[in-house]
Order: sequence, then structure tokens, then C-alpha cells
Amino acid sequence: MTLMPSIGRDDVARLADLARIQLSDEEIDRFAGEFDSIMDAVASVSEVATEDVPATSHPIAMTNVFREDVVENTLTQEQALAGAPEAQDGRFAVPQILGEE
Amino acid sequence: MTATTIEPVDYDEAIERYDPVLGIEVHVELGTATKMFDGAPNVFAAEPNTAITPTSLGLPGALPVVNRTAVEYAIKIGLALNCSIAETCRFARKQYFYPDLTKNFQTSQYDEPIAYEGWVDIELEDGEVIRVEIERAHMEEDAGKNTHVGGATGRIHGATHSQVDYNRAGVPLVEIVTKPIPNTKGRAPEVAAAYVRTLRDIFRALDISEAKMERGNVRADINVSLRADAEAPLGTRTETKNVNSFRAMERTVRSEISRQAGMLDAGQKIVQETRHFHEDTGDTSSGRPKSDAEDYRYFPEPDLVPVAPSREWVEEIRSGLPELPAARRRRLLGEWGFSDLEMRDAINAGALDLIESTVSAGASAQSARKWWMGELARVAKDRDVELEDLSVTPVQIAELQGLVDGKKINDKIAKQVLLKILEGQGGPAEIVEQEGLAVVSDESVLTGAVDQAIADNPDVVAKIQGGKVQAIGALIGPIMKATRGQADAGRVREIIMEKLGVTG
Repeated sequence: MTLMPSIGRDDVARLADLARIQLSDEEIDRFAGEFDSIMDAVASVSEVATEDVPATSHPIAMTNVFREDVVENTLTQEQALAGAPEAQDGRFAVPQILGEE
Repeated sequence: MTATTIEPVDYDEAIERYDPVLGIEVHVELGTATKMFDGAPNVFAAEPNTAITPTSLGLPGALPVVNRTAVEYAIKIGLALNCSIAETCRFARKQYFYPDLTKNFQTSQYDEPIAYEGWVDIELEDGEVIRVEIERAHMEEDAGKNTHVGGATGRIHGATHSQVDYNRAGVPLVEIVTKPIPNTKGRAPEVAAAYVRTLRDIFRALDISEAKMERGNVRADINVSLRADAEAPLGTRTETKNVNSFRAMERTVRSEISRQAGMLDAGQKIVQETRHFHEDTGDTSSGRPKSDAEDYRYFPEPDLVPVAPSREWVEEIRSGLPELPAARRRRLLGEWGFSDLEMRDAINAGALDLIESTVSAGASAQSARKWWMGELARVAKDRDVELEDLSVTPVQIAELQGLVDGKKINDKIAKQVLLKILEGQGGPAEIVEQEGLAVVSDESVLTGAVDQAIADNPDVVAKIQGGKVQAIGALIGPIMKATRGQADAGRVREIIMEKLGVTG
């Protein structure tokens, strides 16, 4: 296995931007350091995960958990909107979206 | 908006200098009863935010469960596109921030699509066949619908806020991605539209989606790049999102080829970005820089276990596949004995189903073709509607033709009856009965009319008896008039010739 790449300040800033999290310079420094120790821990797992061990996304070896295509109970519009900070015309009202479409 | 004022190059010139390469992503909404990961109904145009469950809204604690029928439909699509079906595959989270999904990610598939490595043959209007290679087909969920408020045109720019309806959030989608489609040259616009039309027809044949373009059941993202020639490496591509009509697809490709050629001629680089097509101008405009896949920070969906379709299930689905459009066309061409041109015209007019149903209702293929591609095509064009939307059924057309074949009515009366059917006055036999339009077959009536015409037109009679048999038409005219067009012209001619003692 290859070594884990280390996570620098630039990577942290970029990740924060992608995740829409605002970080101060101090926080970026701190997280860069913490990420490094996390990456080291992950790297030690990689040492035992050899080529013949398939990647696992689920701890229990199950496949094909399906639901039949049958309509179930739905929420009413009132229930759906009950937790919304703002609603309008039966829809969730969200602040101005800019830049993307 | 980019600040450039570089003029697009005339399309034909652009094609002479550059080799376009296409790549097309098609999303199809599956026609399941429920959503991909929850039991909310999959419905169009319900009251906003009523076709939802806690899972559709991504409420805390709500967990997704995969819809078996949606997986089956995805496998059907994969098989119809000659793909391999994965032995095992996973869902993945695609992270992005946009209020059309509440979870801040879309449940999709990333490195393990359910179907991969296929192909489909598409036929262009002149009969040329092009094979399009399919890279993958994967399952995912649709997003909710945003309505932008406060802007001038309902667009996002200038809007003060937006409203979201999550009825569509979680509707099952299959996304089909082509490999780069090279060597289309000047036909690139036509190829783009023909490819999506071919997929649309396959979806309908598979009965996995209503596949209505105007409802957004089928949506296409169109990638275009230019290179110097067919040997050169691929150029930088742009992706025009959500192009939802065949005409818009052709216009998008044309306008992107012209625009990119202008940029390249001016020594500019093409920016890899998403673009938007504008129906009013036929142009595309810049959207956002194309995100790299890693920006979406895909990772395997921990709330769902892998889908591992057994080979038995896949083969069972394969053996149940219906006849696909291309095979059906080949079969019908053989059965009907149409010329290639007649067949293509019928396909392009959307008349194939109608002709087939008319033939199964008892009409000959040529008479069915004659009605749908003749009189009915003319009416549809006049009224600016599709053939299938005319208020006449294939069964009625077969019945109408049956009346002609049985010499109950002649062709001319049949056309009048057709117009009355279209006006909703009833079925063919009913209208003929009600209006007394049946051919006058009473010999005494016909003979009387012939005698009258002979008596009224001595000069014509003299001509005929003098050898000008074609003058007989001048006698038939008044007879048809006397019988209100309902006489069998062939029989009338025979009677005249008998009476005048001429032959030939």
C-alpha cells in the first residue's frame, strides 16, 4: 500500500470551502495537525489491508436488502413544512441562491 | 458571463476546420410506483410537498431502503444497451450544497455502476447507422424542484428567494453516460438528437418510463469538444445541462461548435465548464466551472448495503425483455414490404405504432400507411399536433378502409367520413349509416342516372361512339353529382360502355 498523503493547510482550507464551513487561520492550523494524526491512524489500517482484501463499506456482509415497490404513508403538507423556518405556497422558502443553477 | 466578444464561426466553416466530439449524459426518470429509497408515491404534478416521507426529506433518523423494481428497471436498461451487469455494486454519496436535496448529498453510484461497457446503434434520417459506445449506466435519485421568486423571468439571477417542492426528491433515475462519440463531423447535431431519441424509444419499449420529454422524464447533458482532426487528442469540453427537446439538442451542438471554433480561431482556450441553453436565442451561456469529481467527495453510502444481482435474476430479466425498437423496425419492414424511404418517413412522422395497430385491426400495410402518412399527416400538420394526438383510432382507420375495400364507400367519401370522425361524430360505419353515404349500388338508380346523362349530352355520346372513349369522364361527372358522389365510378363506367356499345 502507498503511504497516505499528508493534509496541509491548503487542503484543509479547500475542504472547508467545499463543505461550506468557515474556519479561522488558527483553526486551519489546528485541523491540519489533527488531520495528520488521523491520516497516520488510517495508514496503519492500510498496512493490513492488502490487495486481496476487498474494500468494505458496511460492517455486516449483507447484500440486496430491498423494498417492494408499494406506496406507503406520506407526510401531509403541514407535517412536511412543520420544521421549516419559512414556508410559502406549500413550499419550503429558502434564501437567495447565487452562483449556481 | 465571460467578457469575451469573440464572434462565433459559421457552422459549416467550423466543421471544415475542426472535428467535433460529443459525449452525452441522459437521465431517465423511472416509472415506478414509489421513489428510489422510500415508499412515497412517484407522481407528477401533485400538490407541493405531499408526495414525501421523512426519508424524502432526509429527516434525522430516516433511513433509505432500495426499491427492488427500480433496480430491475435499471438492469433492463443496461441489458437493452448491451451492457454488462455488475456482479455487485454500491451506492455512493455525492456531496453538494444546493437546496434541491435536503441531505446535502445525492445518493448515486460512483465507481461501481450497475451497468457498464455497452453500445447502441442509432439510425439517422437518411438511414446511416452510427454505433454509440456506452460507458456506464448508474442508479441515483432525482432532486426536488426549485421555483425562483422575484426575478424577471423565473430564473435564478435576480431572484430574491426560492421555493422548494420535494415531491420529485428521491424519484428513481438512471443516468446513462456515453464514451466520446467521434467521427460525426457535420452531423454532430443530428447524432445528438438521434441518440437521445433512440434511448427515449427504448425506454418506452421497455415500459420503464413514460419518457415524456416535455415533462422532463428524459433529460440530456450534452458535452461538446473540438479538435483539429480525427487523429488529434480530445479537446477541452463544455457540458450544456438539461437540454430537454430534440430540437434544443441540435441547436445546442450547433451553437457550441460555432462558439468554440470562434474561441480556438482567436487563439483562446476553451474553459471546461457547464453551460445553459437558451430557447429564445438558440445560444448557450456560461454556467459554473465544471467541478472535479473529487470536489463531490464521493464515498460509499453507509446506510445501504451493496446490490448484487444474481446471474439468475439478470438472465430472467434478459429473457423477459420485449422486442426493441430497432429489431421491431427490421421485422415490420419485412412484414409490410415498405421501401426504405416509406419506412423512414413513417418512423420520422411517429406513425409506426399507429400503422402497426391499424394493420393488426385488419387493414393492409399499404392502406394503413396511405391513411396515416397522407390524409391524417396533412390534418395533423394543419392543426400543428402529433399524429397520435388526432382524435381517431387505428381501429377506426382499419374499419374505414374495410368499408372502402368492401365497396360500401369510395375513396372520396371515405375522406369525408374521416373528417367527420375527427370532428367526433362517431365511428366510420355509424357515420356512413347516419349520413346515408353508402355507395349507390342499386342498379336501377345507376341506370336511371346513366340514361339521363346520355340524354343530356348527345355531343359527348357522339364523341365516345366516334372512338374517343376517354370522353366518358364528361358523362361520369354529372352522374356522380346526381348521386352525391356516392356512386361506384367503376361500375358507372361499365354501364355507360354497355349502353353505348363501346369497349376499352
